[in-house]
Amino acid sequence: MDVISNLLLGFQTAGTFLNLGYCFIGVFLGTLIGVLPGLGPVATIAMLLPATFGLPPVSALIMLSGIYYGAQYGGSTTAILINLPGESSSVITALDGYAMARKGRAGVALATAAIGSFFAGTVSTLLIAFAAPPLAQVALKFGPPEYFSLMVLGLSASVVLAHGSLLRALGMIVFGLLLGVVGTDPNAAVQRFTFGIPELADGIGFVTVAMGMFGVGEIIRNLENESDRSVFVSKVNSLMPNREDWRRIIGPILRGTALGSALGILPGGGAMLSSFAAYSLEKRISRRSSEFGKGAIEGVAAPESANNAGAQTSFIPILTL
Amino acid sequence: MRLNIRNPADFWSGLLFLVVASAFLWIARTYDFGSPLRMGPSFFPVVLSIVLAAIGLVALLRSFTVSGERLEGFAFKGLVLVTLGSVLFGALIERAGIIIAVSAITLVSAYASVRFTWKQGLAMAILLSAFCALVFVFGLGVPMPILGSWFLD
Repeated sequence: MDVISNLLLGFQTAGTFLNLGYCFIGVFLGTLIGVLPGLGPVATIAMLLPATFGLPPVSALIMLSGIYYGAQYGGSTTAILINLPGESSSVITALDGYAMARKGRAGVALATAAIGSFFAGTVSTLLIAFAAPPLAQVALKFGPPEYFSLMVLGLSASVVLAHGSLLRALGMIVFGLLLGVVGTDPNAAVQRFTFGIPELADGIGFVTVAMGMFGVGEIIRNLENESDRSVFVSKVNSLMPNREDWRRIIGPILRGTALGSALGILPGGGAMLSSFAAYSLEKRISRRSSEFGKGAIEGVAAPESANNAGAQTSFIPILTL
Repeated sequence: MRLNIRNPADFWSGLLFLVVASAFLWIARTYDFGSPLRMGPSFFPVVLSIVLAAIGLVALLRSFTVSGERLEGFAFKGLVLVTLGSVLFGALIERAGIIIAVSAITLVSAYASVRFTWKQGLAMAILLSAFCALVFVFGLGVPMPILGSWFLD
């Protein structure tokens, strides 16, 4: 059993007191930076990379992974507490997580996100260790038609996400696509809609749009009825989900992990699509689908599990192809 | 004659979609359209704009026949001031530096609230700009000047 002995060697290396210490520092710093609105894992790693320069290679790698996961969790934290997703894959978490926080259940939402992420991350890491090469074969079979179908799936899933008018949801999807064409045309390399501003040549970043739509939108909405709005400053108490919560999140976490692992294997699909897909799946099959978007705990558990599983298994095409 | 708008939410979003679609169409007219076989730079934007315009038109027409949600009123003051604050920040960050830019965005956005007082606003501006300078410039090394190019000559 090569795999087992290799895994054990890995645990032996990572399990030393020193490396665990670096891991802790990495997660701590990563979470600290990741909770700053708009800073996702990639930006955080880029900023903290110099901190790992003096370390031996293995410790540096361990600390960087710590930073990555810490930053990812930090992104979910801001999504839940102030409706500002730090990266594309935690946008879905903001839908129900923020609603839960407004109901005073921020602690439970945060814990659910952590539990789901932990479970999904562990399972999909094992999946990588045991089944990466055969899974990579599947990923190779993906051509343009399959990608096209995947995008259609993603866009139709966003209609499911919307509660309210279907027509306006469709309009906003097309509006989003239009924002996506800003920048350099991939075929002719002509700059479109850039107004001669060089910063726009790369297109409009996802985090920028999310900040504007969710963050600034929320601020302006709060200014609408200032006299009778409830300022949202509830304390984060009771982190642990109760028995009822546990019963409700086990299914979504398992399904989210499975779906995320499967979609993550596809090159370019990754964490973002899997969180969308997991959320739509839960909304479809849940008996409480009317609660989604208003603080359903399933709506936090499923996408958080899925995006972590997806982020993990997306290493399969990177490492094997 | 007064128009009988039964669904204000649909009416305004329809109008918004139409305006956005026309803006994209207007700018896209200078680019090459190409053909479905060899799509030019404006092919995709034009097709999308037409779809968006169609959706907007349907929403607009439907708002006269099917009744629906009411709007709770626009927060124009908030909309203008918060947007203005962000634009000011972008314009000031390189030239005036992070201290002035952060103070500007804080004061302008906070002014949108009915509970704004100069004392609180100024305290907030000082605290936030110190925090941003310490964390982002000194702590994380983000390339933003403390004092911008206006002060360097």
